[in-house]
Amino acid sequence: MYLCLVEYEIKPHQKLNLGLKEIWLYREMLFFFTWRDIKVKYKQTALGFAWAILQPLFLMILFSLAGAALNIPSESLPHPLFTYSALILWMIFSTGVTTAGNSMLSNANIIRKIYFPRLIIPISSVSTALFDFLMAFIVFVGMLIYYHDRISFELGKFLLVFPLSIIITIVSTFGVGTLLAAITIKYRDFRYVTPYLVQVLMFITPVIYPISIFHFTGARYILAINPMYSAVELFRSCFNGQILDLRSVGISLLSALVFFIVGIYYFRKTEAYFADLA
Amino acid sequence: MKAILEIRDISKRFLIQHNKQGQAYMSLRESLSSLFKRNTSTQEDFYALKNVSFNVEPGECIGIIGKNGAGKSTLLKILSRITPPTTGSIVSRGRMASLLEVGTGFHPELTGRENVFLNGSILGMARKEIQAKFDEIIDFSGTEKFLDTPLKFYSSGMQLRLAFSVAAFLEPEIMVIDEVLAVGDAEFQKKCIGKMEDVNKDGRTILFVSHDLNAVQSLCKSTILLKDGQVSNIGKSEDIINHYLHSGPPAGNTWVQAANISHPHFKKLEVKLEGKQPNLKLVINSSIQCFANMVPSYIAYDIFSKIGTPIAQAIPNPEPFIRPSDNTINLTTVIDLEGFIPADYYIDAWLGPHHNETYDWPKECVEFSIVESPQKGRTYPHHPNHGYIVPNSKII
Repeated sequence: MYLCLVEYEIKPHQKLNLGLKEIWLYREMLFFFTWRDIKVKYKQTALGFAWAILQPLFLMILFSLAGAALNIPSESLPHPLFTYSALILWMIFSTGVTTAGNSMLSNANIIRKIYFPRLIIPISSVSTALFDFLMAFIVFVGMLIYYHDRISFELGKFLLVFPLSIIITIVSTFGVGTLLAAITIKYRDFRYVTPYLVQVLMFITPVIYPISIFHFTGARYILAINPMYSAVELFRSCFNGQILDLRSVGISLLSALVFFIVGIYYFRKTEAYFADLA
Repeated sequence: MKAILEIRDISKRFLIQHNKQGQAYMSLRESLSSLFKRNTSTQEDFYALKNVSFNVEPGECIGIIGKNGAGKSTLLKILSRITPPTTGSIVSRGRMASLLEVGTGFHPELTGRENVFLNGSILGMARKEIQAKFDEIIDFSGTEKFLDTPLKFYSSGMQLRLAFSVAAFLEPEIMVIDEVLAVGDAEFQKKCIGKMEDVNKDGRTILFVSHDLNAVQSLCKSTILLKDGQVSNIGKSEDIINHYLHSGPPAGNTWVQAANISHPHFKKLEVKLEGKQPNLKLVINSSIQCFANMVPSYIAYDIFSKIGTPIAQAIPNPEPFIRPSDNTINLTTVIDLEGFIPADYYIDAWLGPHHNETYDWPKECVEFSIVESPQKGRTYPHHPNHGYIVPNSKII
């Protein structure tokens, strides 16, 4: 069986849809792209898969030390747990957005020679980032066990809130990633903008500080426009027993959806010409 | 029976921007700054393909020939859905695989085995299918020993063989092939053409684009000749190829650069033959516009047969002897055409500071024809199948 349609028509303008049917048809190629990215990423490092764990671990140590030294509050949670919980989620977003943003350029040689639904490349970038998350999550579970007497954990809340925070993360990562991918292939200098954008976003996401340091209560609604704000807050609330502010979650959810729709819309609209631009 | 491929009135337009160095993509900085200043760029429409229509019946093997820039590659890209047509449509009634390149997606860090799966999947094979054919693929490529070695340790020849082998086991209903056979060693090429014939005998449809007119003629019953983006002729391969070979020469013996170019370039070229066989000489007079900020450069002339076979390259001075200045310099080059058989030849002129850095490269700009045999007393004709040069030889 071949991974392509039997009967079809090639026309100048494609109608705008997600093309889910076609992506399903090309699911094996999606699998192989993801498999390649994971394999190559860890093959090139001497540490192999440990790298996925070490990256957030080092950052966590650094940020916890800085947090302790600067006396940044960490709301009831121990500092390492406070930063690590946000970091592993944040890293889905940062690596996902960065690699998806560059993915059209790094796969230009394939795009120029073979047809496939272009969306599977950013999908595979996000999947690779999710794989890293799974690796890092193992360490997180270990930390939870170690600090078990200092966290408040309710299974029911976890099962409800955790998937929601992951969904917000994936939807916003994918939306921003596809948008950047389509922009970067047209405007090559945009790839230098992406890392700055990600860095700035990290500082407006409560990764190393709690939202309580803002005395202005409206701040959280403004910050919630960044969908990762609520993703991090939701994820943390599973362990620090804080009550969720549903309004800011709603804002983040809406903003994630807007990014998702705008990203995919722009990507699908311009993808036909990627091969001419690549 | 319905045609398996219907190409209906396809056109592809490109916009050429005249203020840039021919890059398709832009930078955000340029786009932003152009918002604030008057747009000085001029755009020009260029049709790579214009109103191309033809049908392909199931089981047919069609060759597509034409000079560089005739639109062959653009047609293939549209057929394989890599780029959309500007107008027109194509109806396809079979699963299509396109081979515009072999080894697409090969990754140097992955092993041979892993690359077979990755490349096979990129070409459209299902995982089960690759698994089923895996042994055959490896056998065909002759790289069993290196299956678990990363590809970066393969020689380029081995990489190519592995790439070909994956492609050779594709079994789509329609196969679109671009000159991929032009590379690789002769023995392997034969093997691949044999494989393609088998595929065609199985009733599959093949579209084959190539400069290798011999391969087209032996593989394809009918051929399409593209010229300036349009179908110039469709018919039996033999007739089309003969017609193509003997159609009037497009280049003369003089060539003048019409455009205004702001980097070092050839302004004018003129060729003439001097002397008689076997001491025939080609004299090329060229005018070169130099620039004060250029890197010292040198020139080369490539001689091609009419069907695009490279014959010889003449480099009159291997040192970068053209110095920066604002002058136009005139050079006369004499090339010995020892042993060249009677045929029509094209010349590409090249100017640049380094063998991989080019200032100007006008292609197929001038031509010359040789009518006399280089061999005295030879009564039977020369044929390009035996090469374009008859070297001096004698019995001692």
